[in-house]
Amino acid sequence: MKKILSVLLAATMVLSLAACGSSSTTATTAAATQAQAATEAAPAKQLTMGFIYLHDENSTYDRNFMEAAKAACEAKGVTYIEKVGIPETNECYEAAADLVDRGADIVFADSFGHESFLLQAAKEFPEVEFAHATGTMAHTEKLANFHNAFAAIYDGRYLAGIAAGMKLNEMIEAGTITADQAKMGYVGAFTYAEVISGYTSFYLGAKSVCPTVTMDVQFTGSWYDEALEKEAAQTLLGRNCVLISQHADSMGAPTACEEAGVPNVSYNGSTISACPNTFIVSSRINWQPYFEYLIDCKMNGTAVDTDYTGSLADGSVVLTEVNEKVAAAGTQAAIDAAAAKINSGELHVFDTTTFTVEGKALDSYMADVDTDEAYTPDTEAVANGYFHESEYRSAPYFNVSVDGITTLNAMF
Amino acid sequence: MHKEPLFHLVKRPAIKWYEAWFIRIMSVVFALIVAGIITLALTGLNPIKVYLTMIDGAIGTVRRSWALAQKTAMLLCIALALTPAFRMRFWNTGAEGQVLAGGMATATVMLLFGNKLPNGLLFVFMFVAAVLAGAVWGVIPAIFKAKWGTNETLFTLMMNYIAIQIIGYFVLEWSVPKGSGQIGVINQNTQAGWIPAIAGKAYLVNIIVVIVLTILVYVYLTYTKHGYEITVVGESERTARYIGIDVKKVIIRTMLLSGAICGIAGFLLVAGSDHTITKDTAGGNGFTAIMVCWLAKFNPIWMVLTALLICFLQKGAGEIATMYQLNLSFSDIITGIIIFFIVGCEFFINYRIIFNRHGKEVKA
Repeated sequence: MKKILSVLLAATMVLSLAACGSSSTTATTAAATQAQAATEAAPAKQLTMGFIYLHDENSTYDRNFMEAAKAACEAKGVTYIEKVGIPETNECYEAAADLVDRGADIVFADSFGHESFLLQAAKEFPEVEFAHATGTMAHTEKLANFHNAFAAIYDGRYLAGIAAGMKLNEMIEAGTITADQAKMGYVGAFTYAEVISGYTSFYLGAKSVCPTVTMDVQFTGSWYDEALEKEAAQTLLGRNCVLISQHADSMGAPTACEEAGVPNVSYNGSTISACPNTFIVSSRINWQPYFEYLIDCKMNGTAVDTDYTGSLADGSVVLTEVNEKVAAAGTQAAIDAAAAKINSGELHVFDTTTFTVEGKALDSYMADVDTDEAYTPDTEAVANGYFHESEYRSAPYFNVSVDGITTLNAMF
Repeated sequence: MHKEPLFHLVKRPAIKWYEAWFIRIMSVVFALIVAGIITLALTGLNPIKVYLTMIDGAIGTVRRSWALAQKTAMLLCIALALTPAFRMRFWNTGAEGQVLAGGMATATVMLLFGNKLPNGLLFVFMFVAAVLAGAVWGVIPAIFKAKWGTNETLFTLMMNYIAIQIIGYFVLEWSVPKGSGQIGVINQNTQAGWIPAIAGKAYLVNIIVVIVLTILVYVYLTYTKHGYEITVVGESERTARYIGIDVKKVIIRTMLLSGAICGIAGFLLVAGSDHTITKDTAGGNGFTAIMVCWLAKFNPIWMVLTALLICFLQKGAGEIATMYQLNLSFSDIITGIIIFFIVGCEFFINYRIIFNRHGKEVKA
């Protein structure tokens, strides 16, 4: 027994020596490159930006933030630190405080449920900027160092909707469906304003080119559940939907479409590699402009907007390349034309002349912008002939049920 | 004629404590070596640096040490809750649900009565509600087991999913803003129903409560008649019946206790750290606690160490992900290897391997 142990011990020592030897070289090279990078960047003081992510890079939602964050930090010569897999609990506060301890000048969190824990950290560390995606509390909390951000993704979804509508028109012309059968399906997460705003803008985009279109929406009650999303897409296909889109983060709906050979308009990024025969186009938010804006503000000592809404014009709302194999002819040109009109202010996605609510035009709508437990409507959102989405705060608040859209299971 | 196998196993009749500990420490050393080789092979990082990073992540700053203490306290609290049931050989896999039931009750009281009752009374309500909810969630499978002999492992496991779905329902019903599926921090501005910080330390109350619970559970199991009954029922129900123990009563009473302590864990999580309720409030600790409990051989005092070890590894693993931008799977691999060795070493404490001399044939 003793003999074996001594042999093993000896082996241990040899191994650990070998480990030290080989890795010390990598450590020095790493140090060298770091030193080099420092001399290259080297403004007065190197800023540090800390990021808190709900999952790791295996989630498309978080990867979208990560790639933008790394690109922004590299472009601006800022040190990047990340915390992955941080749940929407007190651990988010701990992570934020720990990032501050490491010298972070700006802390960013990517998930909706992180907000109140990040707010707690913001109150404790007034010298650090805290920014949060999709949140709603900054404009009512009025802390100088706590900020919300989102993007006018409804513009992107509207453009993606145009691609969908043109595909429907192509099917009608080819005689595969009649004009009345132009029904789309949409897989949503919750009956939350962000989702409602998303699917309504998608629907209105399609309707702008295909007036007879209708849409069924199936909710999953989860932001990320591949099996449920696939099942929801299959339910919609069973109800004769001829095109599917989704607001949920997994590959569930795109895969179901590829298997059934039904065209799909995606979200968060291209799914063309997995779905070459059904993917049309995808909209997504590019967070890099916002991250660079935050860094610039901190460097120049200027105040950060309480609510920041990225747009098509500043590059925050982007569309992937159109898959010519699936999309109708002329899709890219139509998208470009509509995007130009949105940028010039000629076209508003929630133009009240383009939709009705229970058969009537929407003249007035009091939205719940200042969130409270009673959901008190507090802000008139309709003016000058359109619904002013993401203007009074960055996170969406359009939650109107528009005619032509049927929600199949609104319990979530 | 047959060849003798290379080695055979012999059950150790008894092992001296220092021998057992030598084996345990060696298992950790081997785990670190294996994990180190894998780290080097997969990432090219210096394993020793990686281990130092883990230590830094767990206790590198005062804040991290407190966070580790809080995490350990919560895991330990749930493991303590499981202990009486496990000693009775009642496999309560429902701690996750019992903690969530307690947390849900706490959050409900905070939402409905926060800012309406004086804080002292509010705490009493929250605590009682949490203990009752946890106890009810624990005792339902116990009643079924006692009366109809149902399988407690499956039953308690299923109760977890019911608790998770109930929380899912209320979280959506009470979500702010509407439909978001998040309640958010409850009473963020008034802090009604928040366990107060002592000397600026937010988690001190949680930690003290769990220390007291550890001692109480130890005393209950070791020095009381109830504790003795639990042990007898666990060893043999027939013996228990023969000496006049009411087995059904013991099962129900013990699960009431087990669920109640889980309820306390839920109370501490909601009132003491999270101040909200989500499906993630228990964070899988209801299952991790099973391992804590087994590793410590159902001894509450040893559980302090095993809970600390597991939390230390988890915190350290998170730090590896941050420092080297490796994803969480890599940290899980290292944690997995270390825990595998520690669990596996119990085998070598119970058995010894006798190597046979090579090549020698045995005469029949």
